[in-house]
Amino acid sequence: MQSATAKRTIAGTPVFDGDAAKKGYAINAMCFSFNEKENREAFLADEEAYCAKFRLTPEQREAVKARNVLAMIAAGGNVYYLAKLAGIFGLNVQDLGAQQTGMSVAEFKQKLLDQAKGI
Amino acid sequence: MAKVIGGIFTSHVPAIGGAIAKGLQEDPYWKPFFDGFKPIHEWLKHNKPDYVVTFSNDHGLNFFLDKMPTFAVGAADIYNNADEGWGLPLFKPVPGSADLSWHIIETLVAEEFDITTCQEMLIDHALSIPLELAWPNRDSYDFKLVPVGINTVQHPLPSPKRALALGRAVHKAIQSFDKDAKVLIFGTGGLSHQLDGERAGFMNPDYDKFCMDNLPANPDALTKHSALDVVELSGSQGIEILNWIAARGAMGDGVTEASRNYHIPISNTAAATVLMTTEHALVAA
Repeated sequence: MQSATAKRTIAGTPVFDGDAAKKGYAINAMCFSFNEKENREAFLADEEAYCAKFRLTPEQREAVKARNVLAMIAAGGNVYYLAKLAGIFGLNVQDLGAQQTGMSVAEFKQKLLDQAKGI
Repeated sequence: MAKVIGGIFTSHVPAIGGAIAKGLQEDPYWKPFFDGFKPIHEWLKHNKPDYVVTFSNDHGLNFFLDKMPTFAVGAADIYNNADEGWGLPLFKPVPGSADLSWHIIETLVAEEFDITTCQEMLIDHALSIPLELAWPNRDSYDFKLVPVGINTVQHPLPSPKRALALGRAVHKAIQSFDKDAKVLIFGTGGLSHQLDGERAGFMNPDYDKFCMDNLPANPDALTKHSALDVVELSGSQGIEILNWIAARGAMGDGVTEASRNYHIPISNTAAATVLMTTEHALVAA
């Protein structure tokens, strides 16, 4: 039934629905595990083994290896969970925004500031 | 009977916690946001709640995608903060009221809301930061908490209309709680922001203003949009306005705005802080 209904799309905006939740379960489960400090350390000590333990799909593994946020999202990653992985890499939400929009971090921060002009 | 005295509505950006830890309240970047709490601090001197009922969303601390309740009501006597994955300093525990929780749960189910009850619930920055902003630097809190969680993570999400109805049912529960007690409502998150996708960094001051202008006297205006409409208008995390809508419902009728602060940007977010009060609030002499 679901496939018979046209899905609404919003430009540049991932909608984390049932299809994404099914697809992304493994990478999101791994990211959820990073709430524990010892799991973050285990990932840093042996990334390959840690990803294998959570049975990441090849697409998810490649996205993590490349530190590519849009690819992680395309592979079912949800940003609330991916934010924990980003923290391990020392990336904040401006770094993530810059990467996803193809801007430098300085340009992305300026984009945020510029929106105050509309108030 | 218990009475709602007011509602505090505020953004809950994680970076605010970092600014609090570093004491940056007067820093030029942060001051325009923190100043929004000055009228709230003044109001809270005269208005001391016995209970605080909050509406917020979990960010992958208490809930994972293995079980994702649309609406979850805490029913514990203590709520602890925990590491969300960034190893930040923890916020202090908050005492809960299992008695008021179970009264709200009984009322909500009688009103045909099929909620999830949680006798254990970790609270994340979505609750810890707003409480710390309202009552900074306390050793402990004098009120008892009932947290209500709304799913903003995994679609399909509840509609704004359903969130408002949930809040109104919580108000009915508070009104029938057999204690002479003062209740303060919190709604946290938002306003417009988007962390993910090619549209990351999106904000929408016009929609935010529409929400803030209508929430006190005409909250039903916000229910003309579906959850996906709100994602389009407000960004994929701007949907956290659902928490504000439910919180407004929990205040009942006769609500007026007492203070409003709106500032762009805090981190990637259009940040807002609003105090609304009811006829049961005390006004400074």
